[in-house]
Amino acid sequence: MKTIAKTGNEAMAYAMKQINPDVVAAYPITPATEIVQIFSNYVADGEVDTEFVAVESEHSALSACVGASLAGGRVMTSTASQGLALMHEILYIAAGNRLPIVIALVNRSLSAPINIHCDHSDTMGSREAGWMQLYCANSQEAYDSLIIALKVAEQTAVPAIVSTDAFIISHAMERLEVLEDEEVQRFIGEYKPRFSALDLENPKTFGPLDLQDYFFEHKRAQIDDFSKVLGTYNKVAQEYAELSGRYYPALEEYKTDDADVAIFTAGSTADTAKEVVDGLREQGRKMGLVRMRMWRPLPVEEIKAALGKFKAVAVMDRSDTMADFGGPVFLETRGILYDAKKKPLLTDYVYGLGGRNIDISDILRVYDEIEQVVKQGKIDKLITYLGVRGEE
Amino acid sequence: MQQYFEVRWHGRGGQGAKTAALLFGEAAMETGKYIQAFPEYGPERTGAPVKAYNRLSDGPIRIHTQVINPDVVVVLDASLLESINVTEGLKDNGALIVNTQEKAAAIKEKLRVTNAKVAVVDATKIAVEILKKNVPNTVMLGAMVKITGVLEWDSALASIKEKLEVKFRGRTEIIEGNVEAIKRAYDEVEVA
Amino acid sequence: MSMKFDRPMNWKELPAGCLIDEAATSLRFKTGDWRSMRPIWDAEKCIHCLFCWITCPDTAITVQDGKMTGIDYDYCKGCGICAVICPPKASAIDMVREEK
Ligand code: SF4
Ligand code: SF4
Repeated sequence: MKTIAKTGNEAMAYAMKQINPDVVAAYPITPATEIVQIFSNYVADGEVDTEFVAVESEHSALSACVGASLAGGRVMTSTASQGLALMHEILYIAAGNRLPIVIALVNRSLSAPINIHCDHSDTMGSREAGWMQLYCANSQEAYDSLIIALKVAEQTAVPAIVSTDAFIISHAMERLEVLEDEEVQRFIGEYKPRFSALDLENPKTFGPLDLQDYFFEHKRAQIDDFSKVLGTYNKVAQEYAELSGRYYPALEEYKTDDADVAIFTAGSTADTAKEVVDGLREQGRKMGLVRMRMWRPLPVEEIKAALGKFKAVAVMDRSDTMADFGGPVFLETRGILYDAKKKPLLTDYVYGLGGRNIDISDILRVYDEIEQVVKQGKIDKLITYLGVRGEE
Repeated sequence: MQQYFEVRWHGRGGQGAKTAALLFGEAAMETGKYIQAFPEYGPERTGAPVKAYNRLSDGPIRIHTQVINPDVVVVLDASLLESINVTEGLKDNGALIVNTQEKAAAIKEKLRVTNAKVAVVDATKIAVEILKKNVPNTVMLGAMVKITGVLEWDSALASIKEKLEVKFRGRTEIIEGNVEAIKRAYDEVEVA
Repeated sequence: MSMKFDRPMNWKELPAGCLIDEAATSLRFKTGDWRSMRPIWDAEKCIHCLFCWITCPDTAITVQDGKMTGIDYDYCKGCGICAVICPPKASAIDMVREEK
């Protein structure tokens, strides 16, 4: 274990180096460009054994990854925003063929208008593709999560996206602890694929036409396997904690035991909110935080149990569903709580779109307002757009 | 809430404000601090005003917000003083460090700084004389370390040298030149 | 494992990811019984241009040493593309009714 200073992108690239995948096929896009740029330096310097495939688009990048994964390789790539959108078609193909590809992603808004900064629209738009999703709060977590995700993906044959917030984490240098190369290798182990398209002794058929008679059965089986990801994740996260001393639950609770109200949010904002919670507690206000880290598969029972104990919860969504009903975290959380025995009053704050700064004062305002909801026993405003000009 | 030491760097695209923040951050980490160093990104064009930030602490840093009230503001290019309010949000008893040919008192008066100290050093002159190039960013680190006192001089210098060695693999004259320039800025910085 | 079964499999029995644990399974899928029109090839008229071989959607034209040798009726589904593509000056393929 050693302490180094790295940006989120450097931390992700470093984890990829230590994982030493067989194939990385990637196309650069801000703010994830550095990840593959740094990784390609590792390739050029002979520090990894990876076959690096430079392609002409993200669609091709993930397609090449699918081919390499079918061939039995340990495969990774990296992208952001429009790049993930262009991969969208292939996301389903990778997941449907059960290929444990891992994407080191940087969360960035989707055009238009053109913007390169953080929100969660890109990955939230890929929720239904059949990929595990982990949202990281800082560089340390991004580094750790890539290693954890790779192992979970390979054990469950479910691909994974690990993401950080654009610039806020991707380009911010922080102090972090990294494992030794051999420790990472021992932890992830040798990849034993279920099959290889290059195994000429045992030829197989991949991706055949599958019509009304069997498609549904195959999808049902995929959904069932997806439901096992959380269990495997919990086990692997525990193993990782034993190795590194850092434990990352799928759903994290911070100072929630005696709290009446909580914010439920993800990414770097959750980290900042912890600091706010500490400050509020110094003032004697009992408030907590629940952090959504895994959003696919949804940790349904965990969310129900965690949020069920509060009188009121403010969801903070860094994207919108364009359903005229707030953000995706809010929508799905409402669904989860529908049949909960005890459920909180639930409001939504859509914030930080296109990288709009979220300050401590913004988070304090949310805590103030949610406290007010408890006092009144009712919600005045279900969905608030926080920090946008023209809104109260 | 935790106490932070926060820095805002002002420069122009190409002057290395981000690099200075990263070097300062890494040097601080070597002395045992928890650190953040991050640029404020926009369209990156040579000559456009840019900002970069540092946040230092004795414990783990969890906040990921912009720096609003810096303890120190460093200005890599005096021409920015005309167009940008560099003292915005500067904390009481903080410090403004400017790369300029003018005297500290003159800058202090010009910008009407009453709540903080102003320090100046002609980093451009030092850079041109020693490095034969207008690269004031690393030079300013010398002034920065001296004025703020948050880092121990010897270990900060050693760390910066180490990072320069990685960056300029084997090009001794650049590495040594930078170290000499940083030392000169440390000696020549003037305070009002 | 070859997937032989006497009833449709349920989702719990399927190999993951629509994987078929062998290759070239289409060989077992004989489309010959789809045929209502049968192509009849006249070896005398054939000029061996292989247009039929290139266009047959079921790879039912057999070829040896660069020469057309006949039609594999196990797979020929009687679509008639070969008869249409066969150059008029050769007209080596005739479509006739299967029904006797
Ligand atoms: S009739 Fe159709 S399937 Fe049969 S040989 Fe001709 S082209 Fe092929
Ligand atoms: S297209 Fe007609 S002439 Fe050409 S190879 Fe086929 S049968 Fe013979």
